[in-house]
Amino acid sequence: MELYELTLHELQQVLDKQEASATEIISSVLGRINKVEDKIQAFITLDEEGAMAQAQQCDARGSFSGLDGIPYGLKDIICSQGMRTTCASRMLENFVPFYDATVAARLKAAGGILVGKLNLDEFAMGSSTEQSAFFPTRNPWDLTRVPGGSSGGSAAAVAAGEIPFALGTDTGGSIRQPASYCGVVGLKPTYGRVSRYGVVAYASSLDQVGVFSREVGDCAQVLNLIAGKDSLDSTSVELEKPDFTSFLRDDIKGLKIAYPREYFQEGIETEIKNTVKQALLKYEELGAIVEEVSLPHSEYALPAYYLVAPAEASANLARFDGVRYGLRDFQAENVIEMFSSTRAEGFGDEVKMRIMLGTYALSSGYYDAYYLKALKVRRLIKNDFDKVFADYDLIVAPTTPTTAFKLGEQVGDPLTLYMNDILTVPVNMAGLPGMSIPCGFLEGLPVGLQLIGRAFDEGTLIRAAYAFEQNTDYHQAKPDIGGDII
Amino acid sequence: MSFETVIGLEVHVELKTRSKIFCSCSNEFGAEPNTNVCPICSGFPGMLPVLNQQVVEYAIKAGLALNCEIADYCKFDRKNYFYPDLPKAYQISQYDLPVCKKGYLDIEFGGTKKRIGITRAHLEEDAGKLVHQGSISSTPFSLVDLNRSGVPLLEIVSEPDLRSSQEARAYMEKIRSVLLFAGVSDCKMEEGSLRCDANVSVRPSGQATLGTRTEIKNLNSFKAMEKAIDFEVQRQIEAIEDGEEIIQETRTWEEDKQITRSMRSKEEAHDYRYFPEPDLPPLRISRKWVNDIIQSMPEMPEQARERIMDEHGLSAYDASLLTLTPDFLGFFDECTRYYHDGKIISNWMMGEMSKLLNQKNLDITQCKINPVHLVDMLKLMDEGRISGKMAKEVFEAMFETGSPPEAIIKEKGMEQISDEDTLEKIILEVIAKNPRVVEDYRNGKKKATGFLVGQVMQATRGQANPALVNQILARKLNS
Repeated sequence: MELYELTLHELQQVLDKQEASATEIISSVLGRINKVEDKIQAFITLDEEGAMAQAQQCDARGSFSGLDGIPYGLKDIICSQGMRTTCASRMLENFVPFYDATVAARLKAAGGILVGKLNLDEFAMGSSTEQSAFFPTRNPWDLTRVPGGSSGGSAAAVAAGEIPFALGTDTGGSIRQPASYCGVVGLKPTYGRVSRYGVVAYASSLDQVGVFSREVGDCAQVLNLIAGKDSLDSTSVELEKPDFTSFLRDDIKGLKIAYPREYFQEGIETEIKNTVKQALLKYEELGAIVEEVSLPHSEYALPAYYLVAPAEASANLARFDGVRYGLRDFQAENVIEMFSSTRAEGFGDEVKMRIMLGTYALSSGYYDAYYLKALKVRRLIKNDFDKVFADYDLIVAPTTPTTAFKLGEQVGDPLTLYMNDILTVPVNMAGLPGMSIPCGFLEGLPVGLQLIGRAFDEGTLIRAAYAFEQNTDYHQAKPDIGGDII
Repeated sequence: MSFETVIGLEVHVELKTRSKIFCSCSNEFGAEPNTNVCPICSGFPGMLPVLNQQVVEYAIKAGLALNCEIADYCKFDRKNYFYPDLPKAYQISQYDLPVCKKGYLDIEFGGTKKRIGITRAHLEEDAGKLVHQGSISSTPFSLVDLNRSGVPLLEIVSEPDLRSSQEARAYMEKIRSVLLFAGVSDCKMEEGSLRCDANVSVRPSGQATLGTRTEIKNLNSFKAMEKAIDFEVQRQIEAIEDGEEIIQETRTWEEDKQITRSMRSKEEAHDYRYFPEPDLPPLRISRKWVNDIIQSMPEMPEQARERIMDEHGLSAYDASLLTLTPDFLGFFDECTRYYHDGKIISNWMMGEMSKLLNQKNLDITQCKINPVHLVDMLKLMDEGRISGKMAKEVFEAMFETGSPPEAIIKEKGMEQISDEDTLEKIILEVIAKNPRVVEDYRNGKKKATGFLVGQVMQATRGQANPALVNQILARKLNS
């Protein structure tokens, strides 16, 4: 085994037993990145020198705790002090923040080594990472396919062995869907569990930072570090935070699991449904009680999402006006022209489309029919979940309707592309925690199992995910990247 | 045809909290450009607002001072528009659920009392400002100063209850007065911490429906407000009399030309696309908090007026002038701690002091006179050591130098002569020098004493105690 193949907790053991130094770990990881990155293209920015320097400092200190000596990556929408944060947009191509996002600061404080910034759909708007203004990222399981999105770079880098864990953001499925496509663990915590300070906003009432890792245990450990009230984010919640690793117990006897019939309907590939049903049988076998339920308003989640999210985005992205930072058209004759030509040049088509959609939905005379109605739908969706969670501990469903699709296949067909999020969006609309774990393969492509929990009950997700992981070996499968098996 | 003017005001008040409304930057006025700024109030990517608790407390205080209901549940909204001084391209404001609503202020104008309704008062953040070289149309570039971005504002919206520019002024002055007493703003129009927009319309007298209104922006002084309203009323009346229709529009006051000019019509009005601010949870205000603030509310001008009328027998007019600002009242109250006669203090403050402050264009906080010194001066008068006329001179010197009255008297050698022997000597000399006048007096021409007193005063350079002079002179003449 090479060091880059190890998981977060395995690396911690190696460091603890002094079987390898931080420098050796970072060298191994950088070696791996150099070997596969031209195929995967997960990184927008890579800081080899910085990472090595930090590893050396780490070794010089000699003792290791927390994330000391552990490499990681951040989705390039999470601000990192002194390291370019582009949001995969021409608008911020050269933007270097002078502040850290709270999550970045917390990982830094724990001793983690930031290797680089990971690709995404521009401003997190997309489901394939093809909307990156720079280049598309490839799925490590099949380089002709997308890794999903918007956190496609994070998912692909973890799956390809480039880094043991990464942070992403999930607004409508942007962690769970790429985790599913890339066969890794992806956790979107409850809205309010993790600070959004310093995370460039797409849709503020839906955005949440979460974790990609190869194993559930690593996810729990990283969640321990990033979760918790942040005085800089008023929507982060003051709640006693459990030790999420305490839920890593292979025991789910009596756990009440619901599977919603609406998540197994038309539009979901039969083989996906069958794979997920196998997983449900596995849960029964492990002692859980599994029953069918209904979430009757599920079908309205996607249209409502495409009003709420673009509406918020239209305001959130208005600050990119060329006045203070980022791109500016210096040729413009006056300020109005500067605003419009800067934005015309700086934003890609998908971003422009969503800004227009959102601007329209908020316009005088349309607000009640669109935005306000979407908020009401949101409440109904939340009520559906509340009803189920009155009787059940957990909801289990597919993460995506299909496995990873081919690059270019859905470009220019936004409605089909948006359907990718049909099973993940309701969770964001209700603010609940959701997770995707590997549960099988179809024609060599990973299938994700989605776990949905009560608000602030990430513990139950972790417990159920860990039990499944302990009793299956899907998480051990590794992609063959151009003949180079890891 | 006679017309009635209808005015509603939107008054913006900067709250003088220590830090800005959504970040910890200093809220101090007058700093070097872009020094009171941070990533939050400059709208950097990923930044989030955190509501300043003191801002809410001040808004509640202001609401109470404006006789408003304080909401127990309110929220913030985004008001979207592009402008280079608005870093996020939206302003965080309150749209449909403001922190305060349904209040009023009583104004007095031309001797009559009138109640002006306050529709609402809501919190919002101020924008930065643009700095041009010369005028905005000829400047080769504009600079952005974000010091003001994120300064907490309370926007107070009145009902259309005002009927003249003078009433509008009285209402503005009342707002200023109650907010100064509440201690939530320094209300300096010249520094922009008190500003207003005026909605103005006219209608034929007796007509029930309101005329079409225009909104005048950019009113930066009481004078500008009065003049702009007067101009706009006249313009609208003339337009109607010429058979024109008033267009609903936003107009700006052009100080140099003394006119209002159209900025944009209703059709060109912004669609602000308000929606709830997702970065801030709704704000719940507990009754306990409001009650605690009620308990800690300072005296309001009306209470103070009643009090000083009661305690010192002042007229309503004097009392209302003394309670215009807490500083003015504070001076008065300080004096009354050491001197029994409030009326005399009031006379000096309303008379000499106001005259000198106006001449020098100062406010009372810049006045050099210490209240204790004013009291000392009054006591010197009571003791007969200086005359009323001399006191005015002493007062002026105190105003200039801030010295105590004793020092001024000594320095100027102006103490009153009350020593009977000295005065008697001088009076005998005057009598000796003016036998004819004395003769006249003894023949019944009583007025002749006036001339003799004048002579005594001249001989003492005005320092003779006039009461004593009269007394001694009468004795000598009648003996």
